[in-house]
Amino acid sequence: MKILTPTFLTYVKVLLIVAVVPAIVGFVIVLAERRIMGFMQVRLGPNRVGPKGTLQGLADLLKLVTKEDVTPARAEKFVHFLAPVLAVIPALTALAVIPMGPSIRLARHVSTPLWVADINIGLLFLLAITSIGVYGIILGGWASNNKYSMLGGLRSAAQLVSYEVPMGLSLVAVLLMTRSLSLVEIVMRQDRMQLWFVFPGLLSFFLYFVSGVAETNRNPFDLPEAESELVSGFNTEYSGVKFAFFFLGEYAAMIIISCVAVTVFFGGWLPPFGHVKALSFLHIVPPFLWFLAKVGFFIFCYIWFRSTFPRYRFDQLMALGWKWMIPLSLVNIVIVALAILWTPGRTDGLVRLGWLFGALFLLMFFLAKLRQALARRDRLASEPAGTRQSALKA
Amino acid sequence: MTDEKLSQAERDEAAYFAERAAAAGVGRPLSQGDTPPAPGEPPTLFDVQEMELNFGPQHPSTHGVLRIVLKVDGEKILEAIPDVGFLHRGTEKLFETETYPMGIPHTDRMDYVAAATNNHAFCLTIEKLLDVEVPRRAQLVRVILDELQRLSSHLVWLGTSGIDLGAVTPFWYAFREREQILDFFEEYCGARLTLNCMRIGGLPFDLTTGWVERLLEFVDDLPARIDDYEQLLTDNRIWKRRTVGIGVLTAAECVEYGLTGPLIRASGIEWDLRRAQPYECYDELDFAVPTRQNGDTYDRYIVRVQEMRQSVRILRQCLDRLEPGEIRGKVPRVIKPPAEEIYASIESPKGELGFYCVSNGSNRPYRMHCRPPSFINLQALPKMAKGHLISDLVALIGTIDIVLGEVDR
Repeated sequence: MKILTPTFLTYVKVLLIVAVVPAIVGFVIVLAERRIMGFMQVRLGPNRVGPKGTLQGLADLLKLVTKEDVTPARAEKFVHFLAPVLAVIPALTALAVIPMGPSIRLARHVSTPLWVADINIGLLFLLAITSIGVYGIILGGWASNNKYSMLGGLRSAAQLVSYEVPMGLSLVAVLLMTRSLSLVEIVMRQDRMQLWFVFPGLLSFFLYFVSGVAETNRNPFDLPEAESELVSGFNTEYSGVKFAFFFLGEYAAMIIISCVAVTVFFGGWLPPFGHVKALSFLHIVPPFLWFLAKVGFFIFCYIWFRSTFPRYRFDQLMALGWKWMIPLSLVNIVIVALAILWTPGRTDGLVRLGWLFGALFLLMFFLAKLRQALARRDRLASEPAGTRQSALKA
Repeated sequence: MTDEKLSQAERDEAAYFAERAAAAGVGRPLSQGDTPPAPGEPPTLFDVQEMELNFGPQHPSTHGVLRIVLKVDGEKILEAIPDVGFLHRGTEKLFETETYPMGIPHTDRMDYVAAATNNHAFCLTIEKLLDVEVPRRAQLVRVILDELQRLSSHLVWLGTSGIDLGAVTPFWYAFREREQILDFFEEYCGARLTLNCMRIGGLPFDLTTGWVERLLEFVDDLPARIDDYEQLLTDNRIWKRRTVGIGVLTAAECVEYGLTGPLIRASGIEWDLRRAQPYECYDELDFAVPTRQNGDTYDRYIVRVQEMRQSVRILRQCLDRLEPGEIRGKVPRVIKPPAEEIYASIESPKGELGFYCVSNGSNRPYRMHCRPPSFINLQALPKMAKGHLISDLVALIGTIDIVLGEVDR
């Protein structure tokens, strides 16, 4: 088995990530999104191409690839070409450092871990490389020579740059607990501490995921494309393969955000409560599948948001980012730092922090519900009399 | 409304608007950083950089072929000028070239999401001209059709204005019920959109068997369905932030602009032709006219949703009162009204829909003029949009509830 050298295996894994991930994006997520949204919206979703519509993604891809690739007159041709590439390449590159599972055995004496590279600045690398993807959207909006696209580009410039800040800051708080930037080490540490970082980092996770949704331009923060306002915004003037690239970039970014959320906050490939004896049967499921299931859940959340929320307005989005997210993430860092300072090297401090955050979140939830109930009562009181009675049931 | 009240309202309005305009930065004297660049000098970052933006006629959120010429500074709207007429088909002229009954199908194509009320307004005008009594059964069925149409029109509005603000899901729920309403129309007159479902003096057909029972079932179901839509939107924080305080119109302004329908009722004026000048059998029905005080997009939303609930009430009462009987009044075979001028109007889902008919004694109208609520309500758009952002413009077009077929005719 001389052929299975580590270098060779790395090449194979790189190929898999570049070739397989687009396939997953094309087939599974897009189809899942359309079917799930269909289910939530009392309609069927695509069910014609292939059995139960499973080949819809392939049909869409074929359509996009065979379409004419139009570059608008007086567009900045080179940048117009460069933008979709910039949107998709960093997203795929970032997948290289995501640990999807521990080592698996391929043959006797040959095993390979399920990540391409475990670099000691993993998280920093991720943040750095995903921010390059932002340029794709900004440049695409600018290069199209279209006012709507430019407005979309301007929106994304402001939005994506602002939300990078709380995203980075929310991860800083977790780094205080992980003491490592290597994503593999982060997962290992969660295993050793028998604690997923989502518990003490509840606020961090919340901030991270909300900024993540904003970073990927998804509802309720899909302002750069906002089809009902800007007619698709930055990608209005894109067609064919270039449009497919933007599309792919968006979904790959979603995957990245979900993968990082899973790795940093939800124990990566670890099964839930793996250290509890009674639940040890959970170890039967291969780690990779745990990872996949967790990522799938977050992607489902993306889809869920999309079919639930209206869209924020631009100024409200910025206000949310600068007035709430960034101060909150700074406060979060201080709280986590204090907790670690007072109980150095021990897990129980972090656990207590988790209970605190959990209680706070529950309190907030009930307060919000109460407020909603009060608003509803006022509204019902303002309704004209007799509206709710079934008037004539003679 | 008395003069005294109006002047009070006007004073309130002036103060309120000055405040709002100041908050939005409208009419603020340009500060030093804001001065437009002198000719020949390169603009700096803080200059007002006016950009002209064509919003429509091919734009997903203009609800048809409305074109709005926008002057924007970044995303802030400095000026919004609606440009109408892309769907002009000369309907008013067409009325003159054809006999009175032949005019009814043309009205279908005006407000094409609410054909029944158009038919109704047209027929009512001619009936007033002829002085014809409509039989009671026909009156009740007309009210039923009107209210079903009001429901379906409001459902279309609800769905599309939700989509305008990025809430896609309510659209599908609203259209599920609208589909059922269209089924009822189809069963009654064979058409789903361009109904042509009324005749001068009454109705073309009687109801089919089982129609009433099925409608009763649907009507019993409807309040729960309306709760579903409200669940998604009414208390939603994002929805509220997108609508509360957007496009505020005071009562005095509404009167000045001649606005009618949900727009004026959301500004606190209880003006509904079904109550103010009852036609058909509305005077004996028990229903409320929902009003709200703030006159913003959120209140217009609440008013329309409550109107849907009232329509359910009206439908129940009408269905309860239905008895067998005549469906056509005594109308001569060839309609030649006396040479008179007459105006009659009804409360369409969008507001006061009226026809002004000038007859010269022949079998065709000498002149037929329509008072289209969409067109007149659209006038308020520039005033509402000024100082808001482009995203709000989309909300405002949705909240006026225009149908371009009616605006352009």
